[in-house]
Amino acid sequence: MSKEGAPEKLIIHGKRLDGRKLDEFRPMKAEVGVIPQSKGSATFSFGETKAIAGVQGPGPMHPKGLQEPTRTKLRCHYFMAPFATSERGRPGRSRRSTEISKVIGEALSNVIFLEDYPKTALDIFMEILQANASTRCAALNAASMALAEAGIPMRDLVSSLSVGKADGEIVMDVAGAEDNFGDVDMAVATVGGGDAFVLLQMDGVITQSEFKVMLEMAKNGCAEVYQRQKEALMKRYTAEVSE
Amino acid sequence: MKTDYMKKLILAGTRADGRALDEFREIVVKKGVIKTAEGSAMVTIGQTKVIAGIKMDAATPYPDTPNEGNLIVDSEFVPFANPEFEAGPPSDTSVELSRVVDRGIRECHAIDTEKLVIVPKELVWSVHIDIHTINDDGNLQDAASLAAIAALQDCKIPKYDIGKKQVVKVETFVVSTGKPLPLNDTPVEVTVHKIGPKLFLDPTVEEEEASDAHVTIASTEDGSLCAMQKGGNGAFTIEELVRAAEIAVEKGREVKAAL
Repeated sequence: MSKEGAPEKLIIHGKRLDGRKLDEFRPMKAEVGVIPQSKGSATFSFGETKAIAGVQGPGPMHPKGLQEPTRTKLRCHYFMAPFATSERGRPGRSRRSTEISKVIGEALSNVIFLEDYPKTALDIFMEILQANASTRCAALNAASMALAEAGIPMRDLVSSLSVGKADGEIVMDVAGAEDNFGDVDMAVATVGGGDAFVLLQMDGVITQSEFKVMLEMAKNGCAEVYQRQKEALMKRYTAEVSE
Repeated sequence: MKTDYMKKLILAGTRADGRALDEFREIVVKKGVIKTAEGSAMVTIGQTKVIAGIKMDAATPYPDTPNEGNLIVDSEFVPFANPEFEAGPPSDTSVELSRVVDRGIRECHAIDTEKLVIVPKELVWSVHIDIHTINDDGNLQDAASLAAIAALQDCKIPKYDIGKKQVVKVETFVVSTGKPLPLNDTPVEVTVHKIGPKLFLDPTVEEEEASDAHVTIASTEDGSLCAMQKGGNGAFTIEELVRAAEIAVEKGREVKAAL
């Protein structure tokens, strides 16, 4: 089932088309406190994939009928900017963004002390400004840091990335042609760099043993993302003290 | 609280209806239940009931797959199926359910879409699978995916008049060519739920409410995994996920036997 425009090979002599090794990330960038009007905000990028997230609330929940008596209503909004892809995307909600918002919300619900703010709403807005695969992972990483900056009580940070399979090899941080023409894409997220998986979405065909290898690679990768997120948070507050 | 009671039962390795943790309720598949559809099936799992109907029409192919037919999956959580369901635009749960059914079918190329070309690069068959929930007593995902596959197996390609550019109809009925839809595989989705350290299958609606987290795993005839989606606020360890995949493949064979 080869698609139009597929390159002949995705991996040549153990190197990927962008020159990375199989288990190598694209350059990661993380920054906290990027939107002054937001209660908490952050950016996270995997190479060309750039996500920005901002937190509003907890605030009053309208309509009141949707209030939850014992906890805050967490509402995640993942959007892809129309200019983030080669072909202009349609602005606003799509079935894809609805699903992604749902799974990101579930992943974050695992770490947020939702019961600290009963009857309120807590909104997290995530925008993909530039997309080259793993957009949900970058959005979740940014959201997690934004929540921390907003001072929302959390057990730990959530760290996310994608692993995949291209030309029969298991690879870290799927990008470019690997996303369009690779065999498998698996987005995951763990808590605090550990092995509690709070997000998992896999497309493509793999064996059970490959699945295990991918999970191990993903766990180690998420621990690395976690370090980057912590460094970015430290940097934000180190700067504040030294001023 | 009912939820606490359900949790307690699962943690003790028992269930309200006496089933083992990895035991499904009775599964019944009835194909060809809708005469106006090109393919259809009704699936019941215990008291959970869904109907999948397939309509086919000619459409322009997607630009990235000019020589393949299209697959579109939608689901409708009809409000009578569960008091929690609301009329109006599809909820995020409904969107997720149909997208996960879609990926289970699409990723393993269960439909041989290359055989659904009418005029290369211009006209291909679109296969629309619509899944309607009739009664939700838990595990809609597995029921929906099974109904979709059963409907695909039941589906016959309609007659198409290239001159008139339309599907041939007699009164309200589409004229069939009698040719079955070309299929490559029979993917089956099994959702593994978790409460504490216990894994269990096929929850009732009460058990679903008590569940910490779940992961839906689609597997192919040869036991490969072809789509996965985790849901719920809880977490899975690597060990639990590997075990869940084993269970899904093993139980998937059992579920498939109902087709």
